[in-house]
Amino acid sequence: MDSYDVVIIGAGVVGCLTARFLSRYQLRILVIEKESDVGAGTSSANSALIHAGYDPVPGTLKAAMNVRGNSMWDDLAGELDFDFERCGDYVAAIGDEEFQKLFVLKKQGEQNGVPGLKILSPDEIRKRIPNINQDVSGALYAPTAGICDTFAVTIAAAENAQANGVVFKFNTCFESFLMENHQIFGIRTDQGDICCKWVINAAGLYADEVMHMAGSHPEFQIHPRRGEYCVFDPACFQLDTVLFPVPSEKGKGVLFFKTTHGNTIVGPTSEFIDSKDDKAVSIQGLQYLEEQMKKLIPAADLRWTIASFAGLRASGNAVCKNRDVDYTGDFIVEADDSIKGLIHCAGIESPGLTASPAIAERVLQLLRDSGLVMIEKPVWNPFRKRRPCFRRLTNEERNQLIAKDPRYGRIVCRCEMVTEGEIVAEIHAPIAARTYDSIKRRTWCGTGRCQGGFDLIRVVDILARELNLSLEKINKKGVGSEFIVSETKNQGSGK
Amino acid sequence: MMNSQNLICITCPRGCSLTVSYDDQDQMIITGNHCLRGTAYAKAELTDPRRMIASTVRIHGGIHKMLPVSTNAPFPKAKIMDLIALLKSIEIDAPVKMGDVLIENVLGTGIAVIASRSMNQL
Amino acid sequence: MIPIHDYDLIVVGSGPAGLAAAVSAKKNGVDSVLIIDRDVEPGGILLQCVHSGFGLETFGEDLPGPSYAQRYIQDAELLHIDFLMDTMVLDVTKDFSVTVSNEKFGIQIFLAKAIVLAMGCRERSRAQIHLSGTRPAGVFTAGTAQRWVNVEGLMPGKNFVILGSGDIGMIMARRLTLEGAHVNRVVEIMPYLNGLSRNYVQCLQDYDIPLFLNHTINNIYGKKRVEAVEIVRVDQNRKVQPETAEIIPCDTVLLSVGLIPENELTRKIGVAMDPITGGAMTDNCFETSSPGIFVAGNVVHVYDLVDYVTHDGTIAGEQAARFIQGHRKIHQKRIPVIAEDSLRYVVPQKICPETLQEAEIQLFMRVSFPMEYPVQIRAYSDQGDIFRKTLPYVRPGEMVSIQIPKTAHDLIQASDAIRLQILRKE
Repeated sequence: MDSYDVVIIGAGVVGCLTARFLSRYQLRILVIEKESDVGAGTSSANSALIHAGYDPVPGTLKAAMNVRGNSMWDDLAGELDFDFERCGDYVAAIGDEEFQKLFVLKKQGEQNGVPGLKILSPDEIRKRIPNINQDVSGALYAPTAGICDTFAVTIAAAENAQANGVVFKFNTCFESFLMENHQIFGIRTDQGDICCKWVINAAGLYADEVMHMAGSHPEFQIHPRRGEYCVFDPACFQLDTVLFPVPSEKGKGVLFFKTTHGNTIVGPTSEFIDSKDDKAVSIQGLQYLEEQMKKLIPAADLRWTIASFAGLRASGNAVCKNRDVDYTGDFIVEADDSIKGLIHCAGIESPGLTASPAIAERVLQLLRDSGLVMIEKPVWNPFRKRRPCFRRLTNEERNQLIAKDPRYGRIVCRCEMVTEGEIVAEIHAPIAARTYDSIKRRTWCGTGRCQGGFDLIRVVDILARELNLSLEKINKKGVGSEFIVSETKNQGSGK
Repeated sequence: MMNSQNLICITCPRGCSLTVSYDDQDQMIITGNHCLRGTAYAKAELTDPRRMIASTVRIHGGIHKMLPVSTNAPFPKAKIMDLIALLKSIEIDAPVKMGDVLIENVLGTGIAVIASRSMNQL
Repeated sequence: MIPIHDYDLIVVGSGPAGLAAAVSAKKNGVDSVLIIDRDVEPGGILLQCVHSGFGLETFGEDLPGPSYAQRYIQDAELLHIDFLMDTMVLDVTKDFSVTVSNEKFGIQIFLAKAIVLAMGCRERSRAQIHLSGTRPAGVFTAGTAQRWVNVEGLMPGKNFVILGSGDIGMIMARRLTLEGAHVNRVVEIMPYLNGLSRNYVQCLQDYDIPLFLNHTINNIYGKKRVEAVEIVRVDQNRKVQPETAEIIPCDTVLLSVGLIPENELTRKIGVAMDPITGGAMTDNCFETSSPGIFVAGNVVHVYDLVDYVTHDGTIAGEQAARFIQGHRKIHQKRIPVIAEDSLRYVVPQKICPETLQEAEIQLFMRVSFPMEYPVQIRAYSDQGDIFRKTLPYVRPGEMVSIQIPKTAHDLIQASDAIRLQILRKE
């Protein structure tokens, strides 16, 4: 049986960043993930925003993790080499009542320790965003807010963790704990048992189920809350900032945000659903987006969109541990009450991405407090370098790259200018991309106007060739999602 | 006397709506056609319907795995599935020239299956 | 240092339009012509169109797509036209500089004296029609499936539902059936067929594949791979009637919901675009608003027959030759052509009356909705009637053409605009 000191369940942004920070210590660390790649869940289907922290209720763990996390992103981006821009964000108020709410938000932010918050006049916000609803009554400006390439964060953290000795096992699903006297001695997965003394539950939408497998907190439930988004065609519509409405009980609302890739996206909706698997986009979702977005930018039109997607938030029902605060739905980042060696990260919905480095930091402290011996390695490399991106290079740089590897000269995705060289590099990356969706997340291949029209066939070919698999084995997002059923001329009855 | 029938001519992309009716001598009267090919089509369609059939066959040693092929004349509808089964069973070798006869006198029809393009060897 | 090469004419795209333009330019005296294409061999979309129906007008023959293409490729080779394949054009400028990238040579720049843009179309995607549901594997555009089946010899599914009654969808319905798959139905949101009626007969009727007009796909089900679709009926305003919803098990959804001229490069140059066609504004010489930048084929608007693509590509090549030879007046008079009423668009959008001194001008247009009764198309201006044409019926899926005769030269010279209208013929 394989043996590790620490097993992390879930290779989302929380699991991967925790692994990365933990890899500094002399520990044998394993990350298990039920999908075939890192960041396959919520970590790749969110707004990719680094929130300032005026939104969470003061005194909650969400607030503390949000603000602490926000401050860590410059260093993190510098070390892990992913796109991060501290561009600031705006909350626009329409009408007097909403304008008053801006002051409440500002005060809340200041209580949370958010620096630089400023209330703007209608003229100031109209100057900044000319196509904003002309009835805007003012805005809150938060200079510390930012955007990042959310998938790149997760892959970068995972790669750096792996370079520092962390082992990743994909297509491996947690089943149960192996315990004796309230102490963990291992876990059972669908790929076999693993010995370990410490487990970190970073299982996202399934963190409640993992918790229950330990016999803990049967009252804690994660209720998936779906958010749908629409991506605008940059040629039709671009907003070079992040624009929120005033929040409501439903949440932060439908916002416009730019991405590090140059797109503008509108969303998310907010809808509790039953299935933890259902990332469908719906007509109602679209209609809701249209309604809400026109309140902020009346001229915006959903006919200008080139893609839509949905993410699921792991909305938990945990009550804030701080007795003075009346809030349900706070983060859980705690050691288990009765099981020694088990740390839970549960209910990590927004501001989860922002908070993720702070959550990882907190997990390390919880491990320390629980008695894990953490001796620093003599050598730990916190730096990870990104792979070449053809799109961003000058022609001279491109030719230098092509001289080393000619496959960088063949463009596979026309809209996003992704080359064969980059795709091959991802397939042979330290954490290999083995599916079409993985390639898409890592390279932005297929995310442009043609939505895979030109590249799909070529990417499937490249995957088959590089993985040395038959074309029928190449899939979109894991076994069961293959593209090709057979060769022609081999058909039986066809039914 | 038979009732009149409506047909769409498929000879050219125009797709004329044809009406076929019968006179007192049970002779076919065809109306709605833009040209004489329509008359010929209507007659054939009701007595001996045929179609141009295009498909692919496996090719060995060529720059692609499949070679597009076609019948060189409209083929009897009733035998189409037999033709398809036949195409499924063969494999030809590269190189091939456009127009090369791959199967002569398919299923006794006198119609050939020919290569729709040339294909060089790898 | 980025390597630079010179050519007289560069053609972007080696489909029927590009081939016709290149061949025509050569025949009209252009010295060096280069065709660039991102695919490994020339022919464009014709290479995957194994079915026949090509060349009835051009050659009087019913040819499969690859055969039609090969005739022009052979011509091009005999005329010593150069081909640069497996190469992506990154940029084209107003002053005829073309930046390309390929595996063999990396980034290179080509300088020309004129350009013909012939990039064809891309297919409308699922996202653009806001098709609800999960995003499993098994949702493909018809063209993607066509390439897999016809070129690569791969079956992308066993049990299909096809959305859209465009020609590609119908052609694939037949093709997949012949390859042993089951096509459950073709679903079309409009109350009429989108493509050619001949294809309804030989692709759907022949194989008992039902066509459901006034229906659409409301939802896609399936976690990893498509498992089913929800089909609904729509009313006369295209609004979904939820009570008619029916779940159809299937493993593949094929989308045949429209073609969009592929004008990324064209837009970058900054030429005037027509928002209705999605292509560049062009005159009857197929020159855009940028002198020396010509366009041909589906990149201008979606044609229904390749023969017309060849016809117009030939004109573009000829005119590009004239431009290179200095015989083309840059600031000659151009008169707008305006489609009225139920004519959705007309191409070209401008005509040069001077060219009528040599040849008649052909205008292509499409109607917005079918008129299954005799109609008359009338071309006129403030100076009077120019031409009339009667047709037994018109449909959106079938292009309508009208000729402006040489004799109309004087009248048109004196006109501000040419207008086209379509009226029911009593």
